Amino acid sequence: MAEIIANEGGKQKGKKRAKRYSTHIDMTPTVDLMCLLLTFFMLTTAFSKAKVMEIVLPEKTPKDQKQDAPEVDKDRALNIILIGDNRVLWYNGLADPTKPPLPTLTETDFSDDGIRRVVLQRNKDLFIQIEEMNKGVIEGTLSIPKDSVASRRKRMMTDDKKGPVILIKADEGVKYHNVVDIIDEMAICNVARYALVDINSVEKKMVADYLAAKASGAASLK
Amino acid sequence: MTPMVDLFCLLLIFFMLTATFRAQEAVMVDTPTSISNTITPERHIITLLIAKDNRVFFNVDNGVDTSEHLRGKILQAVGQQYQVKFTPAEIKKFEVMSAFALPMDKLKAWINENDSKVRDEMHTGVPVDSTDNQLLMWIRFARQYYPEFEVAIKGDRDADFKQVKRVIDILQDNNVNKFNLTTSLESVDISLDNL
Repeated sequence: MAEIIANEGGKQKGKKRAKRYSTHIDMTPTVDLMCLLLTFFMLTTAFSKAKVMEIVLPEKTPKDQKQDAPEVDKDRALNIILIGDNRVLWYNGLADPTKPPLPTLTETDFSDDGIRRVVLQRNKDLFIQIEEMNKGVIEGTLSIPKDSVASRRKRMMTDDKKGPVILIKADEGVKYHNVVDIIDEMAICNVARYALVDINSVEKKMVADYLAAKASGAASLK
Repeated sequence: MTPMVDLFCLLLIFFMLTATFRAQEAVMVDTPTSISNTITPERHIITLLIAKDNRVFFNVDNGVDTSEHLRGKILQAVGQQYQVKFTPAEIKKFEVMSAFALPMDKLKAWINENDSKVRDEMHTGVPVDSTDNQLLMWIRFARQYYPEFEVAIKGDRDADFKQVKRVIDILQDNNVNKFNLTTSLESVDISLDNL
């Protein structure tokens, strides 16, 4: 690797000189190796850490202890029912079979104009409030310490008395990403109150009726 | 040449020092996206992978450093529960392995299998049925050795929510009520103008 080039001192005859050596190290293999190592490290390094969405669920009540579900204000309740194939159904209020008529289901999807519009319209006041605070912080018109932004946001959410109480229900055959999407939608729209609950038999029947009506409607169109 | 070598040297040192290696995973999981920006805790975390085909993988880390030997302790405890005895060599080997999805009786064969390809094909899922709920035991013993274990659920986009729900139920039976759902970051722009 280190090559030693002898000075060509043979031309001058007779005079004997001490040979001068120039030491010259060939760097090419070193560079090659470094290049390889560098590429290896660059490719195997995980720069972006995995992100997580935190959810906290209420503690399970023991089976022998009966606890009633918390009352939800009828005017504030917004029910979102996820069914398979990325479809979403929603209705306002509560479905109580003892107090007919049952609410009607409306179908929408996960696009920006779909369920987000529905949720955002219901949660407009709180959303504007929080957005204005964020804007104020960014533009500097509102001076609050950076770490208290989150706590103030939280307080706005707890103080909110008008926004919707969203009940998310997943029917059979729903894929995991649909559920994550809908919880994410809650975060996007700054919804203060939402819960992931089990679908009940009344709603199951409503969904079945809706799908049957839709199928017969499509058939009659043909 | 010399400046180039200098530069390479510097870059190399930088990458070597900052490198945190991507963990090898037994199965490809395509996580759903969300706007959440919270970072996964690095240590003391139980990772439950739910693959596209609804198999449940269990993984737990060794703790802050390998001297804690959490994986080995948990394996021994669960082994005792199911009357499977592990040799010290097997426990040592298990400590450096990653996620698995096997019923207890197949675990020994998996640890002793040297061909990683064969090993990857052995995963059939940790049993989660109510009749044979081994996942419950794994979580219970893991939390016995380290009660503050956080739980991350890394589900595939197309896994059935029913399966995820079952896993969440099992966790709640173990008094775990806070979950981290692993997602990839997406950005969303909304304004009230499009209302």
